[in-house]
Amino acid sequence: MPAWTSASITKPLVFALCLSPLGALVWRGFHDGLGANPIEFITHATGDWTLRFLLITLAVTPARRLLGMPGLIRYRRMLGLFAFFYGCLHFITYLWLDKFFDLHEIAVDIGKRPFITAGFAAFVMLIPLAMTSTNNWVRRLGGKRWQRLHRLIYVSAAAGCLHYYWLVKSDVRAPLAYAAVLALLLAARMIARRPSRPAARGKESPATSAATPR
Amino acid sequence: MLIRKPPQIRASEITPKHVYLNRRKFLAVPALAAFPGLAPAGVRLADVRKSPFSTDEKITPYQHATHYNNFYEFGTGKEQPAELAKNLRISPWAISVEGHVARPRVFDFDDIMKLAPLEERIYRLRCVEGWSMVIPWIGYPLNALIRQVEPTSKAKYVAFESLYDSKQMPAARWAGIPFPYVEGLRMDEAMHPLTLLCVGMYGETLPNQSGAPVRLVVPWKYGFKSIKSIVKIKFTEKQPPTTWSRANPQEYGFYSNVNPQVDHPRWSQAKERRLGEFFKRNTLMFNGYGDQVAQLYAGMDLRKYY
Ligand code: HEM
Repeated sequence: MPAWTSASITKPLVFALCLSPLGALVWRGFHDGLGANPIEFITHATGDWTLRFLLITLAVTPARRLLGMPGLIRYRRMLGLFAFFYGCLHFITYLWLDKFFDLHEIAVDIGKRPFITAGFAAFVMLIPLAMTSTNNWVRRLGGKRWQRLHRLIYVSAAAGCLHYYWLVKSDVRAPLAYAAVLALLLAARMIARRPSRPAARGKESPATSAATPR
Repeated sequence: MLIRKPPQIRASEITPKHVYLNRRKFLAVPALAAFPGLAPAGVRLADVRKSPFSTDEKITPYQHATHYNNFYEFGTGKEQPAELAKNLRISPWAISVEGHVARPRVFDFDDIMKLAPLEERIYRLRCVEGWSMVIPWIGYPLNALIRQVEPTSKAKYVAFESLYDSKQMPAARWAGIPFPYVEGLRMDEAMHPLTLLCVGMYGETLPNQSGAPVRLVVPWKYGFKSIKSIVKIKFTEKQPPTTWSRANPQEYGFYSNVNPQVDHPRWSQAKERRLGEFFKRNTLMFNGYGDQVAQLYAGMDLRKYY
């Protein structure tokens, strides 16, 4: 691998890239760029980026195979944690700027409004995944169990799509597009798992496979 | 840039027809009138009276009122209509008024401008999505037009229809609701003095994205009842279909009065965010116009007739 792709350089770079949507949001905030309804803008931007990072995280494994770049695995944890990070921002925007921490109203919302229920479920599922994202936890749970637990990210992403589908008023193109990407990623995973494709499995180096569920 | 004016251009090609036919009502700002492309709406309206129905609340900035719009014919994004409606042809314009009336008639924009004196009405606008604005509309009560056509005793409702031209509105096909956009009012709602036939806002003719050249403003109902760019008004005996209740009858009813006690199934209507404000404010029954309109609904179960 050429020197410029070495992790010591690319990791901070990817990290900075992952922060750029937040940077853009803050910049807009200081430059009158959030439109007529800034809080809605922030809710939408953080929601969009949560879903995007979930899908980007899920795309890492297929991308490694397709591009023949197994080294991409080293970014997956970071990407997944950024999904959680934007999810936290999104949830906090809701708690604070939408509901002003009115716990009663929030509880009613979560129980009564299907789109909030789905979003909340999607978010809650990410909490154990973020918590167990350390190497230490991989060891503690054992590769297999850790792997099974982290399949929850598919469920979370699906709930995120449903959340989006249920919240739009009539134009369902965007949520369907996200759902289609998710379906594609899921299909890629299924195909790769078929025993008839041993070549695909062979590409994975044993050193990474224990900590890299597909 | 051409400095010499090509001599063959007629005034009618430069100035929108409704403007030059109606010079007395427009205080045409010369620079804007000469280049309508530079100011798609911006023709100032003169002789506009103040109205006792106006609120003295802080008016929403023009930029926000004209760049945060729901006008699904021009896309479902809030900032899309300002861009995509730019080139909407609003001249010539005709509104066909028909149905159960003694004198059906087609009005052009000039006729509309002549029907009654223009008033400025500063109204609250509450969107079903939970945000609100305060807008200085210009127009006159719809009942002035209704009287002209003399509805018969069979006229129980008024149906409105917006322009739909798929060529001028290519984004409409993705909106997920049927077009042309249609709305309706009960006769007494349509005759109510608060119900405005609107031709302008912020002192000028309507920008295209705000429903040029003629729209309705019904301030005690959710914003989607205030239909834009009207081409047809029909008096009917039966309650006419309305676009949003057709698209989703569980969520949108015919009446759609602003009502903090009746939630939209997917979100609460108890509060609203006034654009420009940080904290939400409580939504008022009938959007604060209860004193004027509550009696229209006396005895009606507003949970059932949402
Ligand atoms: C993993 C979890 C989540 C994902 C992926 C997600 C994703 C999204 C997306 C994509 C949007 C739409 C953005 C747009 O229209 O451009 C959105 C909007 C929204 N989300 Fe979430 N969301 C999540 C969790 C939550 C949670 C936990 C809540 C609150 C309990 C929530 C509340 C909202 C609200 C209130 C909106 C705006 C709705 C509207 O404008 O009508 N979301 N979310």
